[in-house]
Amino acid sequence: MQTQTFELNMGPQHPATHGVLRVVLELDGEIVVKATPVIGYLHRGIEKICENRTYVQSIPFTDRMDYLSGMNNNLAICQTIEKLMALEIPERAEYIRVITAELNRIASHMITIGVLALDLGGWTGMVYCFRDRERILDLFNSLCGARMTFNYIRVGGVGWDLPEGWLDECRRFLKDLPEMLKTYEDLISGNEILQMRLKGVAPLSAERAIAMSASGAVLRASGVDYDVRKANPYGIYDRFDFEVPLGTSGDNWDRFYLRYLEIIQSARIIEQALEQIPEGPVMAKVPKMIKPPVGEVYHHVENPRGDLGFYLVSDGSPKPYRWHARRPAMINLQLLDELSRGTFIADVVATLGTLDPVLGEVDC
Amino acid sequence: MNTNQDILLTIAATLRSFLDPLLGNPDVVDVTMYGVALAAILGIIFGNAVILVWAERKVAGYMQSRPGPNRVGPIGLLQTVADTIKLITKEDIRPKGVDRWVWFLAPVVLFVPTLAAYAVFPFSEGLIAVDLNIGLFYFLAVASTVTIPFLMAGWSSNNKYSLIGGMRSVAQMVSYEIPLVFSLIGVVMLVGSLKMSSIVEAQSGIWFIFLQPVAFLIYVIAATAETNRTPFDLVEGESEIVAGPMTEYSGMKWSLFFLAEYANLFAVSAIATTVFLGGWQPPPMPAVMRDAVAFIPGWIWFAAKTYFMIFLFMWFRWTFPRFRVDQLMSFGWKVLLPLALANILVTGVGIYAYRIAIGG
Repeated sequence: MQTQTFELNMGPQHPATHGVLRVVLELDGEIVVKATPVIGYLHRGIEKICENRTYVQSIPFTDRMDYLSGMNNNLAICQTIEKLMALEIPERAEYIRVITAELNRIASHMITIGVLALDLGGWTGMVYCFRDRERILDLFNSLCGARMTFNYIRVGGVGWDLPEGWLDECRRFLKDLPEMLKTYEDLISGNEILQMRLKGVAPLSAERAIAMSASGAVLRASGVDYDVRKANPYGIYDRFDFEVPLGTSGDNWDRFYLRYLEIIQSARIIEQALEQIPEGPVMAKVPKMIKPPVGEVYHHVENPRGDLGFYLVSDGSPKPYRWHARRPAMINLQLLDELSRGTFIADVVATLGTLDPVLGEVDC
Repeated sequence: MNTNQDILLTIAATLRSFLDPLLGNPDVVDVTMYGVALAAILGIIFGNAVILVWAERKVAGYMQSRPGPNRVGPIGLLQTVADTIKLITKEDIRPKGVDRWVWFLAPVVLFVPTLAAYAVFPFSEGLIAVDLNIGLFYFLAVASTVTIPFLMAGWSSNNKYSLIGGMRSVAQMVSYEIPLVFSLIGVVMLVGSLKMSSIVEAQSGIWFIFLQPVAFLIYVIAATAETNRTPFDLVEGESEIVAGPMTEYSGMKWSLFFLAEYANLFAVSAIATTVFLGGWQPPPMPAVMRDAVAFIPGWIWFAAKTYFMIFLFMWFRWTFPRFRVDQLMSFGWKVLLPLALANILVTGVGIYAYRIAIGG
């Protein structure tokens, strides 16, 4: 019997492409021969825009890159600018930064877990993840009046001090977190169908992961022990005791479950930070007009999606000469074709879910 | 069985005695009564769909710790009515390039076997449209044709998502038809009849769910696949192939698919009730209590059990993720089918041993 492959256009309007990603699938029946991600539907030219803004004005734009982890992005750009200016940050601000960044990591991973469950047909799992994430967003809302686009971490510290009772609310959340994780275990990760769907599918070897410059959970699922918080500690991360969970085979299950484990580690970091947080100012003495000395700087942090880096070139003027972001989701997404070949259509959805691109960052 | 007459049967008898002198010829009266039964079944299907759509959303809300529909009418009961009005008034879009007649006929044809299957449901003692001597076989034969309209819709839509969905539906329904049929054979062997009323009456002592637990399990799994509900909703698979065969349908045509889904859900639940849960009979209980609940008509028991089964299916839907197409196939052929065959063997040996034991 003579058969032929056919092309299926998945996206940009498709329920499972996490925004406006388009994947052109070449299919042999249900089996994927080739998957080509077509990106750029959400391109806003953030890099170029930021080169025409002052340094401080570029912070809100990072909120709109990876919109699920705004705090981490704020942290990355602010630390890059501070590195360029050689600025010292008050202790309390450092702790607030760690707490908010790790809370944001938990919120982001909850979305990843929940949306993957949704992509695999499990509606209810998604609802519970989103419900619990709302607790974190409420915390952020009371902190800075925004749920996702925070602009809270500023050059020299944070925008303002924590509101009254915020730390207690945060402690209450951490107290409830184990129960939430138990729910996810029961409803999502403990489900045999879900495990069947993910285990052994789309494995990624450590060599290929490194060669493709993958980072974050995608890299660590393949067994590579690389977490910027450990490998190249920024801020005050060297003060905390936490582990970097590692996978073995780099399949969809490892990539998925690693995020579950990372939530636990993030909670550990927050607990330690809540114990150690000192009183004091939250903002360093920063000039009203930031004019960093001539030079260039690269700084990277561990964003929920991977190794987020910023490269800034200063010509001494109030605006950066070059503003570039190394976007982990964009780089991880390049693995989609390689991982999807030979799997089923349904697996493309799952692989996309475990690679976890946020299109705001991919297209930037 | 009991002395107090069922209210629905009374109505039917009154209607017949009213029609008898009016029409004269008993054959004409029979045909008219079939018409009444058909109208009643249509009423059940539509009324049921209204309740089930609402119930599904309420159940989903309950599972997901949210209230569900609660704005239109008391506790959201009129939500389905509002939805229906919305669907009817929606534009009926016919995309370019569809195979016009096949595309138009698919949702209509889908509804026919579903409707036909209702003819043999024993809602209560004597309350059955046609008590065929091959009732169960008739149901299976009619229900298996549901595959065709899905393929028609998938093929004629001229859309790749629809086509994949249509192909999936054929593979899935044909594969799960076989364990479904085999799971019912055990019961048929015990009863020795395919007649629905005999099957129910045979369970007056003990329900067949206790004699055939494995068959019940296989039936529930295969029925979930037959109705295309999670974890077997590959045909629709909204995160993979958008909506499968229904992708290109809108307005009333789409809602016919929707209606048929709920009618099918009720159908498989009703068969589970009839075959495994004792049909219209109250649960096994001491004679004293039996007399105490004798005033409850059989169709109430039937409805209660059927809705319990429907709740079970809804529970599956809102907690399980979806299978992948190869896993679906291997589960059907490598697990369910051998299990169903083994169940038939064990049932046969059991019946033989029982006959020897009682010296038959």
